Amino acid sequence: MTGQFYPAIIEGVQVATVLLAAPLLVGWVRALKCWSQGRSTAGLFQPYRDILRLFSKDIVLAENASWVFRAAPYVVFGATLMAGAIIPVISVKAPLAATADVIALVALFAIARFFTALAGMDAGTAFGGMGSSREMMVASLAEPALLMSVFTVSLVTRSTSITEMVRVLSTGPFVLRPSLAFAFLSFAIIAMAETGRVPVDNPSTHLELTMIHEAMILEYSGRHLALMEWAGMMKLFLFSSLAIALFFPWGIAGMGGWLAGTAGLAGLPAAFFFLALKLALAGVAIVFVETGLAKMRIFRVPEFLGTAFILATLGMLSYFMLE
Amino acid sequence: MMNWPKEIIASSIGNDNLRELARCGGVTAAYGVPREFFAMAAKALKGAGQPGGLAGQLAVLDGWRLAAEWATDETPFGRGFAVFAAYNSGTEYVIVKSDLPQDDPSFPSLAGIFTPALRFERQIQSLMGVSPEAHPDLRPWIKHEDWPWDVYPLRKSFDGKTPLKKVPGGDYPWARADGEGVYEIPVGPVHAGIIEPGHFRFQAVGEDIINLEEKLGYVHKGIEKRFESLGWIFGARLAARVSGDSTVAHSIAFSMAVEAASMVAPAQRALWMRAVMLERERIANHLGDIGAICNDTAFAFLHHQFSILREKVLRANQRFFGHRLMMDRVLPGGAAVDMDKDASEEMLKEIVWLSKEFEKLVVIYEDNPSLEDRVWGAGVLSPSVAKELGTVGFVARASGQALDARVQNPFAPYDRIVPKVPVLTSGDVHARAWVRVEEVRESMRLIREMLQDIPRGRLCVPCPAPRPGAEGFSAVEGWRGEIIYWVQAGPLSSTAGPLSSTDAGINRCMVRDPSSVNWLALEEAILGNIVPDFPLCNKSFNQSYSGHDL
Repeated sequence: MTGQFYPAIIEGVQVATVLLAAPLLVGWVRALKCWSQGRSTAGLFQPYRDILRLFSKDIVLAENASWVFRAAPYVVFGATLMAGAIIPVISVKAPLAATADVIALVALFAIARFFTALAGMDAGTAFGGMGSSREMMVASLAEPALLMSVFTVSLVTRSTSITEMVRVLSTGPFVLRPSLAFAFLSFAIIAMAETGRVPVDNPSTHLELTMIHEAMILEYSGRHLALMEWAGMMKLFLFSSLAIALFFPWGIAGMGGWLAGTAGLAGLPAAFFFLALKLALAGVAIVFVETGLAKMRIFRVPEFLGTAFILATLGMLSYFMLE
Repeated sequence: MMNWPKEIIASSIGNDNLRELARCGGVTAAYGVPREFFAMAAKALKGAGQPGGLAGQLAVLDGWRLAAEWATDETPFGRGFAVFAAYNSGTEYVIVKSDLPQDDPSFPSLAGIFTPALRFERQIQSLMGVSPEAHPDLRPWIKHEDWPWDVYPLRKSFDGKTPLKKVPGGDYPWARADGEGVYEIPVGPVHAGIIEPGHFRFQAVGEDIINLEEKLGYVHKGIEKRFESLGWIFGARLAARVSGDSTVAHSIAFSMAVEAASMVAPAQRALWMRAVMLERERIANHLGDIGAICNDTAFAFLHHQFSILREKVLRANQRFFGHRLMMDRVLPGGAAVDMDKDASEEMLKEIVWLSKEFEKLVVIYEDNPSLEDRVWGAGVLSPSVAKELGTVGFVARASGQALDARVQNPFAPYDRIVPKVPVLTSGDVHARAWVRVEEVRESMRLIREMLQDIPRGRLCVPCPAPRPGAEGFSAVEGWRGEIIYWVQAGPLSSTAGPLSSTDAGINRCMVRDPSSVNWLALEEAILGNIVPDFPLCNKSFNQSYSGHDL
């Protein structure tokens, strides 16, 4: 009876996928960017080399850094990995997914953010404090909007469990739902802010004064920095996967239906294929946005996230009015 | 007309106190005044209006501008110290000099009259030990607090080979701000990007900047002192290295000052070659800068496209002149490289191609609203402040100041092929970027016209060392703005350089990069902006650290 281990195997495969594929997505986005600007790339695998390099380096700790600073990378990495275990990235049959719903998921990201912000202030440098305060400003606006957006999907699917939401969306008859379109637009805006991409933050800048996320982790080095960077990559991977799960779930294994019908391991290859395809397209979308937009002034970010909130609200209203 | 600066000064301090100095080449006139009248002369010039503009090119400027202020140690001549001020109005440059006794080297400060004197005089005090009286801020400048306050490297009594000893407990009193929610952000001197070092200290409330104070001097290399031991020939090489990105402009400025002191007319063809190289340097740097401004708004696409264009210009420089930056291609007396007919045809073709590519990118810059949102209205330097601070170059032109040394102090071919000077009044990041765009276009036009009319003839004439005690002044519009050099030949073989043992060496070579005045303007332009906009504003100024710190 090997079937009883299937859930555990699926869960293991999914967590491993999140861990190992996240740097590849970042490498893909960077490579696309290089190509779109007429530059040669460092290769798809540069993020792996970066992480390896950081792991082999020593840590330099600020003299007045407390345990918060040392613990934060593990907390952030752990919380993000936990989020990776509950989002149906390749399959809805992951057992841990049943333990947490979408509200818990948002809370997991909030924990990671909270500790990153604390760590940013812990070393007592001006840049860290600046980054933390900006991150909190962004968070205070992004998190409610994120919940609104996700709740719109919950209304449609009548559940806050992500696996249930994915199941309803992908097995029901195909219906054009304006509420989901609004929710997706809203989610896309929030994802840009949450993952620190242009036009909200610039992941590739060296200008400390303009940074948000990078400013908080400026004091990190060695394996601490590796974990922080890796967690950041996973966050991008997870937000892309979450968008896929909530808005384009077709192909995720374990739900029945014609695409990836089998409940066991047989659906996984197809699920991997669709995941890779959709993530690659997500990368293209990211690069499109980042190539066409300059980073906005930081005080435009509230307006930008306000738009996301309004879009999510419109999605909710249109659910009640039209569906 | 020639006499009117004299009349202005004389009307204030009296004819008897004004002495015309004959030995300085390259300026309209040079006057000696007793030191107690040094500030009065400045006041008179500042208050004077100029009758009539400059053939429609430059707007009427009311009042003279303090272009540079410096001190010399004239003990090799058996005198004490001297303090100089160079003023500019329209096409005229005037120098006012006051002799100072060796045992009491002090002079009335110009800081209350001309704002740029604040830093000029701190520099004079720190490096030459000549004291501006009633100067409001005598903290050291360039020579840091960790160096002894009372050792003055530019004095003849100081041996340039001895390192300065570190003094313990040196402290630099920064401007402070107190109050609820005020915090301080120290940035630098070592920055995250591959740029030069400089320290910026912000006082901010939330994200709003209430004050910025710069501290520079981290790349002080003792260039002015080094000139004195190098002599005229190696001096040209040193001048080419004052600020690497404007090596042509600095070389031309040094050469012109030496030629003025030697009273040598350089080869005509060389002057045209110099102008072509000067405009190519302007194009390359402006291309890089426009891209870099876009990059600081995270609009990386244009950054890389402009970088590609800049690189192609640099590689073409390598082909035409044998050096990407055209370093050491200008010498006193002429130029070191020539172009044949084929090369000039090729360059014409290159300019046509470049112009086409450039215009495509400019359209992208203009058409992107998210980029516009960042550059419009950021880092405004108002015209009145720009004038008060004595800014030069594109910083001044973006803030309504019609200043361009190519028009004010033209050398051939600029007297015939006159550059159009773009002037904008909004003074924001966009204005500084857009002045560069217009200048790139104009430089391409100038190069095209120059290549068609470039005269034949010798490339270099011998430039003998200046006679002992001779002085020479020059003002050249580099890509950042007006670069000023002033050289003074020493008495016979007193400070001889290696190759000039029979000639008078350099007694003093004063370098005033445009950055020396424009850095201060950044402190003003950033007020009222938010902290994360500073890198963008700074990039739009892009002043030289090396040229300022010397």
